[in-house]
Amino acid sequence: MSGTFTKAMARNIFYGGAVFFFLLLVALSFDTMSGLPKSDNRANLTESVLRGKHIWETRNCIGCHTLLGEGAYFAPELGNVYPRRGAEFIKAWIKSQPTGTPGRRQMPNFNLTEQELDDIVAFLKYTSEINTQKWPPNIEG
Amino acid sequence: MKYSSQSVAMPYFIAAIGLFVGQIIFGLVMGLQYVVGDFLFPEIPFNVARMVHTNLLIVWLLFGFMGATYFLVPEEAETELYSPKLALLMFWIFLVAGAATILGYLLVPYSTLAEMTGNNILATMGREFLEQPLLTKIGIVIVALAFLFNITMTMLKGRKTVISIVLLMGLWGLAIFFLFSFYNPGNLVKDKFYWWWVVHLWVEGVWELIMAAILAFVLIKVTGVDREVIEKWLYVIITLALVTGLIGTGHHYFWIGTPEYWQWLGSVFSALEPIPFFAMTVFAFNMVNRRRREHPNKAAVLWALGTGVMAFLGAGVWGFLHTLAPVNYYTHGSQITAAHGHMAFYGAYVLVVLTIISYAMPLLRGRAANDERAQVCEMWGFWLMTISMVFITLFLTAAGILQVWLQRVSDTPMPFMAVQDQVSLFYWMRLWAGVVFAAGLVTYLASFFVKGESKPLIHA
Repeated sequence: MSGTFTKAMARNIFYGGAVFFFLLLVALSFDTMSGLPKSDNRANLTESVLRGKHIWETRNCIGCHTLLGEGAYFAPELGNVYPRRGAEFIKAWIKSQPTGTPGRRQMPNFNLTEQELDDIVAFLKYTSEINTQKWPPNIEG
Repeated sequence: MKYSSQSVAMPYFIAAIGLFVGQIIFGLVMGLQYVVGDFLFPEIPFNVARMVHTNLLIVWLLFGFMGATYFLVPEEAETELYSPKLALLMFWIFLVAGAATILGYLLVPYSTLAEMTGNNILATMGREFLEQPLLTKIGIVIVALAFLFNITMTMLKGRKTVISIVLLMGLWGLAIFFLFSFYNPGNLVKDKFYWWWVVHLWVEGVWELIMAAILAFVLIKVTGVDREVIEKWLYVIITLALVTGLIGTGHHYFWIGTPEYWQWLGSVFSALEPIPFFAMTVFAFNMVNRRRREHPNKAAVLWALGTGVMAFLGAGVWGFLHTLAPVNYYTHGSQITAAHGHMAFYGAYVLVVLTIISYAMPLLRGRAANDERAQVCEMWGFWLMTISMVFITLFLTAAGILQVWLQRVSDTPMPFMAVQDQVSLFYWMRLWAGVVFAAGLVTYLASFFVKGESKPLIHA
């Protein structure tokens, strides 16, 4: 911080740098959005999937589970639960909660209807088919 | 205290500390649920405890930032606050809305809460950290706008210093990027992409501006170093923060359905993200070493130095540990993430808020610094909380390494819950470290009630 590097120079570099890199982020975001149709599995974004996402959100599943690695780390990753367990297992599992095993982590029962169970499975199937650059490393998530 | 309207900061600081206590109580509940899975089930399931823990953290830090701003801006602008009444009104609105939201989480099933609060009109709930009902989110925007109006008007009528300009930019950024919380497309990839425009651009973007400005203010006050020097440092630090942090957002775009080029961009730029935090540490120590006065508030100096060091360790070093894409491929969404999250939030944002509280609270109570005994008690609080947070982080890191090994690296990967059983020893140790943290917090609280001689008020 010698005398030649003045506060005015520092300020100008800040404003220039901040604006440049923010615009770069915006440009990259535009590019990402235009490339997404190839990777985000939007072709399978059905009404059932959308209802399933709504159920996922309103039961706060993310408060215990991760989805594509994001969320809480208390319960298994569900981004690939569909290929790991299959539709029937997922539905039976949700219906049979809580297990009530003493000392074990418990999942609440959400009293979902058959239709709602099918929707959440549809959402998890759609999620598992998003191109995630081969993440997670194996089927255990 | 130079301007009487600075006193509106006091209730903000008290509320911040009160909610901090709540956050830690729920942290302990979750720490226990990690090892005794059915603790408090079904009364307080883990997801509810976590929502309360993280939302209380966000809300108390916001109370802290607002209190800091109300204290700092009149002094920097050399004028009274535009409207102390508006500031107090917003305090009560924010406190009541925050408390109602937390009670809603605890007393009403989340799906019912969603239905009651208009989530079917505009679905924004059920996403990590943005779990607040629509009404609360709208409330946050209203409080933020009223707050920013008040602060901007104060600045416009007074002296415009670099510190207050940087602080204000950070706060405006905070409010603007929060608007992305209202965007929740059905396309999960887009949802996740813009979710980070709130979460990442807050904590690794505009919040760093707020943090650096608050730290710079306290350092000017406690060291007496020339403002020109400190302001130049401030610009350098925030330049580094935004140049690395903006494209550094890419380290969240590795595995969520986004193009592969983010692995390069995210890795390179986020590998540079420790630099601004390192600069902050050097800055804090440098200014304290070059101090021109011995400020009687030694505790505030300790908090300020602690902020530099712990932010660098938690956000910088622990962030770097798992930010390179080939590493993150294995560590993404593991206990490594939890370890980093804990120390980064504590080191950067908890400590900077406690720094300004430590500096400002004695002044708000009519003295330059607290009695020696009160300061010693406060510093015990600092060391107990800081050292136990280091251990929480180390235990979670150990759990994370083991988890990643057993579940993801191994040729015969184990299922998630089987791995959790294997690493439970580290969860127990984390819980005990958490108990020490709570003891540190109690010590810190006690320091406010230690009586003794107070130092006479000096004018900085």
